[in-house]
Amino acid sequence: MSTTRNRHGSATVTLPSDREILITRQFDAPAALVFKAWTTPELVKRWWGFDSSQWLVCEIDLRVGGGWRYVTREEGGFEVGFHGEFRVIDAPHRIVSTEVYEGFPEPDAGALNTIVFDEQAGVTTMTVNVLHTKKEHRDAHIESGMEGGMQISMNRLEDIVVDLSDAA
Amino acid sequence: MPRAPTTTDAFNAVAEASRRDLLDAIGAEEVTVNELVDRLGLSQPTVSKHLGVLRAVDLVLVRTAGRNRWYRVNGPALKPIHDWVRSFERTWNLKLDRLDDLLVELKSQEEIQ
Repeated sequence: MSTTRNRHGSATVTLPSDREILITRQFDAPAALVFKAWTTPELVKRWWGFDSSQWLVCEIDLRVGGGWRYVTREEGGFEVGFHGEFRVIDAPHRIVSTEVYEGFPEPDAGALNTIVFDEQAGVTTMTVNVLHTKKEHRDAHIESGMEGGMQISMNRLEDIVVDLSDAA
Repeated sequence: MPRAPTTTDAFNAVAEASRRDLLDAIGAEEVTVNELVDRLGLSQPTVSKHLGVLRAVDLVLVRTAGRNRWYRVNGPALKPIHDWVRSFERTWNLKLDRLDDLLVELKSQEEIQ
């Protein structure tokens, strides 16, 4: 697409505690637009999932106690489903909702997602905090590949890898 | 979900935060168990247990010299994890780059209106 615009870098992923995953990214857009892109099915379909995802279900009942559900068919033909329920809606600043990965066999394995849109001078910092009920579920979430780049204290490990490959 | 044993592969071995701390504590050096006990403030049996798991998946190598056993990180064994992390980071970034593109489009539409 356009090459002239101002991208605000890439997402960072950290693990603030044993049960959490935190994804942070800035966007060159007001919070109201980012909120809209998260909560409007026609817009969600355009960015959530993968380029190759085929949408089967994208439902959002945007009210406290309302549900949402996303189901896509991925390359290879398998279906991936997520659903949850809204707990807090504070447009355009904050959304708190549950999230259940339908492929996970344990019924109590849902996470609580807190999505915050903090706008400063036209740039919105989005944070997605995923809080699991158990460390085991958080780890399974990361291991399943849902997580976007676990920067444990990988920076140091990265240095070691680089040092050693230089030395090799 | 039943979890794979920690010694299945490097990924399962570092799923436990204390073993990541242990790898960090070893760093690019060659160290003894006692040095790791000092650095981490953990008991010797705990450190030895974690070292055992890391050795089982070849993330840590050991050399015996005199009465001491020296441990070091096996860099090439970490490479798959490093690549794995990068690939997931790319996945998340692809998704959020699409969101970024969408926001640019929405913004220009609003400016026109």
